[in-house]
Amino acid sequence: MPIAQYFKPAFLERPSPDNTVYKHTFNFRKIWKMTVLITAAVALIPLISITTIDYNVTQRALESEILLRAGRVASNTKRSIDFFLAKHKSVLDFLINDNTFEEIKNTQHLTEILNHLKTGFGGFVDIGVINSKGIQTAYIGDYKLEGKDYSNQEWFKKAVEHGVYISDVFLGFRNQPHFVIAVKRVYSIGEDQKSLIKDFYLLRATIDTEHFNELLSGLELSGMGDAFIINHNGIIQTPSRIHGDVLKKIDIPIPEYSEHTEVREYMDSKKNINIVGYAYIPDTNFILMIVKNKAQLMKAWYSTRSVLIIFLALSITIILGVILSMTTYLVNNLYTADKKRAMAMHRIGYDNKMATIGRLAAGVAHEINNPLAVINEKAGLIKDMFIYQHKYDKDEKLINLVDSVISSVQRCGNITHRLLNFARHLEVSIQSVNIRNLIDDVLGFLGKEAEYRSIKVIVDIPDNLPDMVCDRGKMQQIFLNLINNAFAAIESDGTLKIEAREKNSNFCIITVSDTGCGIKAADLELIFEPFYTTKASKGGTGLGLSITYGLVSEAGGYIKVESEVGKGTHFMVTLPYKHNRGKKEEKIANTLS
Amino acid sequence: MRILLVDDEADYVSTLAERLSFRGIDAQWALSGRQALKYLETEKYDLAVLDIKMPKIGGIELKKEIQKKYPNMKFIYLTGHGSEDDYQKGVADSVHYLIKPVNIDDLIKMMKKVMEGKD
Repeated sequence: MPIAQYFKPAFLERPSPDNTVYKHTFNFRKIWKMTVLITAAVALIPLISITTIDYNVTQRALESEILLRAGRVASNTKRSIDFFLAKHKSVLDFLINDNTFEEIKNTQHLTEILNHLKTGFGGFVDIGVINSKGIQTAYIGDYKLEGKDYSNQEWFKKAVEHGVYISDVFLGFRNQPHFVIAVKRVYSIGEDQKSLIKDFYLLRATIDTEHFNELLSGLELSGMGDAFIINHNGIIQTPSRIHGDVLKKIDIPIPEYSEHTEVREYMDSKKNINIVGYAYIPDTNFILMIVKNKAQLMKAWYSTRSVLIIFLALSITIILGVILSMTTYLVNNLYTADKKRAMAMHRIGYDNKMATIGRLAAGVAHEINNPLAVINEKAGLIKDMFIYQHKYDKDEKLINLVDSVISSVQRCGNITHRLLNFARHLEVSIQSVNIRNLIDDVLGFLGKEAEYRSIKVIVDIPDNLPDMVCDRGKMQQIFLNLINNAFAAIESDGTLKIEAREKNSNFCIITVSDTGCGIKAADLELIFEPFYTTKASKGGTGLGLSITYGLVSEAGGYIKVESEVGKGTHFMVTLPYKHNRGKKEEKIANTLS
Repeated sequence: MRILLVDDEADYVSTLAERLSFRGIDAQWALSGRQALKYLETEKYDLAVLDIKMPKIGGIELKKEIQKKYPNMKFIYLTGHGSEDDYQKGVADSVHYLIKPVNIDDLIKMMKKVMEGKD
C-alpha cells in the first residue's frame, strides 16, 4: 500500500454522494477543494505578484544601469578621441597657416617640422605637401613618394572639398596600421593677399595608430568589455580583444547613425547578447564602439535571481504544504463531526421511532388482548360445558370446532404477547437473555414472509449455550437488522441460516448467513460506514448496518462480514456473555460510588 | 381455596369464574375495587386475581388496601397490558403477573404455586 494511503483522509475515500439521499450533506471533497484553492490563491497570488514585480523592477534597473554605464564610457572615450584627432589636426592647421607654400615645400624645413612633430607629439610617421594638381611636391618619410600624383584619389578630392580629411586606418607600404590627416590651405597668387586668383595646397601627415590604440586599450571595462573603432563599413580600425582583427569585418551589426552617444543591444556571431555603447566621431569615418557581454555584466544578478527563485519555490512549497495539511485536517475533523452528528440525530430518530412503534404495538396488543381474553374464556366455557356436563362430550365435531376457536385465540395471543414482549424490551436495560429465544422472537415476525417467499430458515443453536447478560432490546435490533438484510438479499427459494457457537468461555459467535445476491468487494469495505447505501433508490438510508455495528461495539463485541457476489453473505457477530459496560458508564459508576 | 376475581370486564370475569368452578375452584368475581372490598367485609378469600387497569381503584392500589386488612392474602395480577410500567410494578410488589388471554390451566398452576408459597 502506498504511504499516501495512510495520510489520505476518510472523506476523500468516500465515493461521490451524488447518487445517495445525502448528496447535500457530505460533499466534503468540494469543500476541501474550494478551501485549498481559495486559501492557496489568497496566499500565493500576492507573494508571486510581489516577487515578479520586484524581479522585473530590479532586472530593469540593473539593465538600465548597465546601459547608462556603457553610454558614459562611450561618451568619455569619444571626447578623448575627439581631442586626440583635434590636437593632431590643429597642429597641421597651425603649420600650414604659419608657413607659406614656398616655405613648407622646402625639404629641409619640412624635415625640421617632422622632427619637431615627432618630438613634441609623437606618432607622426611622415609628412608631405601636395599642390592643387594633386602632385606631392615635397615629402619627408621612409619612402620616395615625391612627385606622386594623388589627383584621382578619393581622399584628395574629399580633402579639397572639405578642407580637412582624416582617413580610415590602412596598412600601406609599411604594413603597419596607420591613418592620414590632410589639411588644406587656400592662398592668393601674387604679392597681394587680396588677389582674386587663388590656389591651394594640402599638408598631409601619416600618424601611427599606436598612440590612438593606447587611448582605447587603457580603458578598464567590466563584463569582458572591448573598446575599439570601426569605420562606417564595419571594418575594425583598432585592435579588438574579442570581435575580430584589425581591418576585418566586425561580427556585430554596424550601429545606425546618431549625432549623440547611443547604447544598443546586439547579438554577435556566437549568439552572445552584447551591450554596445557607440559614438560617431564627427568629420571622420570612425565609429567608437564600447562592447560588453551582457551575460557577464548580469552574472551577479543571475546568481541573486537563482537565490530568489529557490526562495520563492521553497516558500510556495511550504505554503502549499501547510495549506494542504491544515485544510485536510480541519475538513476531516468537520467531516467526522458532521458524520457523528448525523449519526446521533439519526440514532435519536431511530430510537424514538422504535419507542413509538413499541408504544403503538403495546396499545394495539392491549386493545386486542381484552376481547381476545373474552373469546378465549367464552370458548373455554363452551368446551368446559361440553366436557363437564357430558351433554355433548361425544360430539367430536363440536369439540373440534371449539378447540379450533381456542387454538386460534391462542395463536393471536402468542402474537400479542410477542408484540408486548418486543415493545417491553425496547425499554429494558441489562438482563439475562437466552439466545435461542431471542432469535425465535425476531424470526417470529418474519416467519410468514419466509413462508410466502419460500425462504428456508435454518436455526442451529445448541441448547446448552449459556445465556447472555445483555440489553435484550439492543440484541433484538442487531439481529432484526441482520435478518432483514438477509431477507432483502434473497430473491426467493434461498436459505437463511442462523448458527450460534461458543467461541470460548467469554464469547459466543452468532452467524447469519444467506444465499442471496452477495456484496461486491469494493462495497464490502464501506458497508459499516454511516450513510453508505447501495439501496438508495429503494429507500435505503445507509444506517442499518452502521447502527448494528455501533450496537455490537457497544455490547463489547465485534462484527465481521464475508461475501461473494451471487453466492451469499455471512455476518459473524462475536458477543460477550457478560455485558461490558462502556467506559462512560464505568466512569459515572465510579464517580457515584 | 377461595378466589376473588376482580376485573371491570364483566363478560370475562364471570366466564372465568364459571370455568374455575367447573374445575372445583370456588371463585367469586367483582367488577370494581369497591365491590371487591365490600365482598371482603363479609367473605374470606385466600387469593385475589386482580386486573391492573380498572376505573377508580386500580389493581395495584386495591392490593394495598386489601393487604392492610388481610395481610396473609395472596395476589396475582392478570392484565391485558404488558407495558414495562406494569411489569416493573408487578416485580416491585413481588406479585405474579400474567397477560391475557391466558390458558386456564396455566392460571390454575400459577394459583397453586402462589398458594404453596413457591416463587
